[in-house]
Amino acid sequence: MSLYQVQKLMFGLNNEPDLREHFAREPAAVLDRYGLQGEERAALETADVATLYRMGVHPLLLAPYAGRCGLAWPQYLATLAAVEAD
Amino acid sequence: MPIVFAAAANHAPGITGRRDNAFPEQREVFFAAYAELRARLERARLDALIVVTAEHWTNFFLSNMPAFCVGLGESHVGPVEDEPFLKIPQARVPGAPVLARSVVDALGEAFDVAFSEELKLDHGAMVPLHLLVPSMAMPVVPIIINCLAQPMPRLGRCWQLGQALRAACATRPERIGLVCAGGLSHWPATPRSGKLNVEWDRAIVDALLAHDRQRLCAISDEEIVRDAGPGGHEIRAWAVLAGATDGEDGEVLCFEPIPAYAVTGAVVDMHVGGAGAVAAPADRLRDGSLPT
Repeated sequence: MSLYQVQKLMFGLNNEPDLREHFAREPAAVLDRYGLQGEERAALETADVATLYRMGVHPLLLAPYAGRCGLAWPQYLATLAAVEAD
Repeated sequence: MPIVFAAAANHAPGITGRRDNAFPEQREVFFAAYAELRARLERARLDALIVVTAEHWTNFFLSNMPAFCVGLGESHVGPVEDEPFLKIPQARVPGAPVLARSVVDALGEAFDVAFSEELKLDHGAMVPLHLLVPSMAMPVVPIIINCLAQPMPRLGRCWQLGQALRAACATRPERIGLVCAGGLSHWPATPRSGKLNVEWDRAIVDALLAHDRQRLCAISDEEIVRDAGPGGHEIRAWAVLAGATDGEDGEVLCFEPIPAYAVTGAVVDMHVGGAGAVAAPADRLRDGSLPT
């Protein structure tokens, strides 16, 4: 598990338009470049916000990622609430 | 000369992004206070404005996270957020590189601050700027504090930074304003977003007005997270203001809990500058350029 690499990718997607474009085009190549494997890679690929939150991704990085993946704000909050209720 | 304008306020994105979601009476009180603060800022005839705010993963990541970073750029681009989200058009805000370098140098007696010529501005600086200097023509020196990732600078250190800033500005010829924007209690981007701890917020404002260093700086990060959420770490900006204006009177222009903005809308003006605030030198440059 590399929370650091997951968050680093999210930080990059927020701040680097070129990376954003590359990730949209070739997500697997970008995930490789960040050394992301296993559960964290699957969570990123499937926009599994619950798992990412459980991993400890900072909400100010997670919220923009969720939004970019098409998750509406109420669903984002409900997903986090469900994790916390666990 | 001494700092001639000093204020604290929030910078929550909802203030501009979801402006109409607040109840009309709350909106009126809050924006009237910001308008009054803007009028006072204009009367202070500033040459430059120092904006102290929080890092939000806009400029720095865990690869290199400075406690304090001063923006030396000729200009600063912001906001980084999309216009539909923040409802603030992107602008190139002029910097004040000569002043900024001088401040970094003077702070060097007590602080080895980081500096950057490429700071980007997010809602942390752009919300207060949008409401106080909507023309975006005021030269701005941003100072970003790590309020995100442990270890963060201690509140006592932020207070000391304020004191050092005050001393640094006093040696400069410009008429300098200071806006410290952040907090108060909030739980951004979590299921508790919109929750407020009004009692805690009031205590912070009271501590600022009383310059109660012991009380303000004794708050631990564990207490902040418990009582004020992760966003509560941003009271570091308020601690900077408290240090920078120690001994000066202040005035609460607004203290209005606004869940729709996910913060208590607090606007506090510190009465610095005194007579100097109206008696500006006649030869001051008014075209946006700075005396060197």
